[in-house]
Amino acid sequence: MKLDRFCLVAAIAALLALIFPLSGVDSDTGKQVAFVGDIPGLAIAMALCVIAGAAFTWLGVKSVKAGVVILAIAVFGCWQATRVLYEYGVAGYAGLGFWLFIISLWAFVWRGIDVIANFRSLEPTKQHVANITVPIAFGVWLLFLWEVLVSGFGVPQVLLPPPSMIGERFVNSTDILAADFYQTFVKAVLSGYVMGCGSAFIVAIAVDRVPFLKRGLLPLGNMVSALPIIGVAPIMVMWFGFDWQSKAAVIVIMTFFPMLVNTVTGLNAAGKLEKDLMATYASGYWSTLFRLRLPAAMPFVFNALKINSTLALIGAIVAEFFGTPIVGMGFRISTEVGRMNIDMVWAEIALAALAGTAFYGAVAYIERKATSWHPSFRVRRH
Amino acid sequence: MTLKEVVNNVAEMPASKNAVVDIKNLSLTFQTADGPVYALSEVDLTIEEGDFVSFIGPSGCGKTTLLRVIADLERATDGHISINGVSPEAAREQRAYGYVFQAPALLPWRSIERNVTLPLEIMELSKEERVKRAQEALKLVELNGFEKKFPWQLSGGMQQRASIARALSFDADLLLMDEPFGALDEIVRDHLNEQLLKLWARTNKTVAFVTHSIPEAVYLSSKIVVMSPRPGRIIDVIETNFPKDRTLDIRETPEFLEIAHRVREGLRAGHSNDE
Ligand SMILES: Nc1ncnc2c1ncn2[C@@H]1O[C@H](COP(=O)(O)OP(=O)(O)OP(=O)(O)O)[C@@H](O)[C@H]1O
Ligand SMILES: [Mg+2]
Repeated sequence: MKLDRFCLVAAIAALLALIFPLSGVDSDTGKQVAFVGDIPGLAIAMALCVIAGAAFTWLGVKSVKAGVVILAIAVFGCWQATRVLYEYGVAGYAGLGFWLFIISLWAFVWRGIDVIANFRSLEPTKQHVANITVPIAFGVWLLFLWEVLVSGFGVPQVLLPPPSMIGERFVNSTDILAADFYQTFVKAVLSGYVMGCGSAFIVAIAVDRVPFLKRGLLPLGNMVSALPIIGVAPIMVMWFGFDWQSKAAVIVIMTFFPMLVNTVTGLNAAGKLEKDLMATYASGYWSTLFRLRLPAAMPFVFNALKINSTLALIGAIVAEFFGTPIVGMGFRISTEVGRMNIDMVWAEIALAALAGTAFYGAVAYIERKATSWHPSFRVRRH
Repeated sequence: MTLKEVVNNVAEMPASKNAVVDIKNLSLTFQTADGPVYALSEVDLTIEEGDFVSFIGPSGCGKTTLLRVIADLERATDGHISINGVSPEAAREQRAYGYVFQAPALLPWRSIERNVTLPLEIMELSKEERVKRAQEALKLVELNGFEKKFPWQLSGGMQQRASIARALSFDADLLLMDEPFGALDEIVRDHLNEQLLKLWARTNKTVAFVTHSIPEAVYLSSKIVVMSPRPGRIIDVIETNFPKDRTLDIRETPEFLEIAHRVREGLRAGHSNDE
């Protein structure tokens, strides 16, 4: 009979967690900070882990239901672990017992996510729920681990604040964050992105039409794309002033070349047979461009749009380090680092991550709608 | 109804014998990295109005190349060719022919209907006219009901039929078809052969048709061109005298078998030349 190793690890780790000390010794009082016996919730959670771990070691985690049970126990355990950290003063004094308990939870979460990730259903809604549960559960687990490690070891907040603190700062500074977002993302990123990608697209069509431009301009574009952004940004500030225009200019320089190269490549993606077909209809240059070559180029164009969506945000934030009005995400990061307000820096980083993901997601969504014919998307529609 | 009668009457009139395709001493050599490939050599051929000409020959003998020269997709290196009395290029600009490629070549981002209306769109027909003609063409190849599907949702044979509908949609007088039924099963093939014959009998179109199947060539054609490889040459031209409204039954007649035999002999001779 095959034993479920993850559950075995979870059971043994939880059992040991009950035996080994939960926390270290307080240097002032000379006593242990907390005992498992004083905290009924934690004791129950650990006991549950031992029992469930042992049971599933024999039974195996075969169904989604079992996976959900495991995850539910893990969630309860995580809640108790954070309570112990903050309500019983274990933060900074976590002992071997505490970490063994975290390892037990880890094994459970791993097994539970694994089961749900392998879930296959013909019902689209069920499959959909399973598909989004996996990344969410995984993300939440990573945040929890970050929280517990930072608090448990008492890592100085200047080095790395726990996510709960970043979240609190985020919620309490929404007006500042909103102003920064508007300045950096709406004004600089969006305008720079549209101008950079739009102009590159038009130039690509011109380059494609004129052979000497293809040979002359593409190597030149290569050079421009190799320019270091930290060198370009101050110059753009000198040319276009402190406000968003200089950031948009930096973004235009960064996004132009990926779009140009991808579009030029895409315009050559249409097959010979399809071009011959258009020739038999005596289709003119523009007709063939719009009916055949541009649609065939779309996967390449969207590829560049996706690359550029991340480049644009990075460009805008970095460019703000070189002069900006007193608002903007890059500006905030550089000044708050100087003031040792690391939680605010992290809140801005979180905002940038959210904005970047949403931007990328939006482009990817449009791509899927616009090129649903492409082989890479077809499978999912069936 | 009246229009149809007129068309029928035209078909019954003795076809006026004008050369649609006139080829004299035509040669085509591909310059490749491994040296020249002699695809066609000294080809002489006349296709008259209303002819149904089949090209048959072993793989690589230049059938596709010859069709592509007629369609102005390839330029002959030597010799003379004229289509309807003008150069192939001028004929192409006049949209004188509909071409069915060896592969379906449907655009994957267009639905079947929009694939069929593609040439009509390029020729700037009105929307209603485009949809009407697409309906008719799709009905002819029995694909009605699949208008809104995308090419990848259809089987290979259905895709090929859609590409035939596309070539028929703009009603060119000359049809160039490169193994259009190669991917289809026997029954569908027979059926489409019948449909094609009916269309031909009704409209007096001129058809140039590449095939690998001897019965298909004999059944459909008014003229069979047998080719041999390396360099591609015409080794025999066989005229058949079956009526335009022939049925599948003629395949049992001695005349049919005799012609099929002659085609096979021609192909054999071409092969032995090769060795
Ligand atoms: N673009 C090209 N460049 C070089 N050689 C070519 C090219 N196109 C065709 N050929 C060569 O010309 C010859 C004739 O090719 P073609 O495609 O006309 O044959 P085919 O009779 O249609 O064969 P099949 O029955 O297999 O379709 C072949 O030897 C082929 O390799
Ligand atoms: Mg061929």
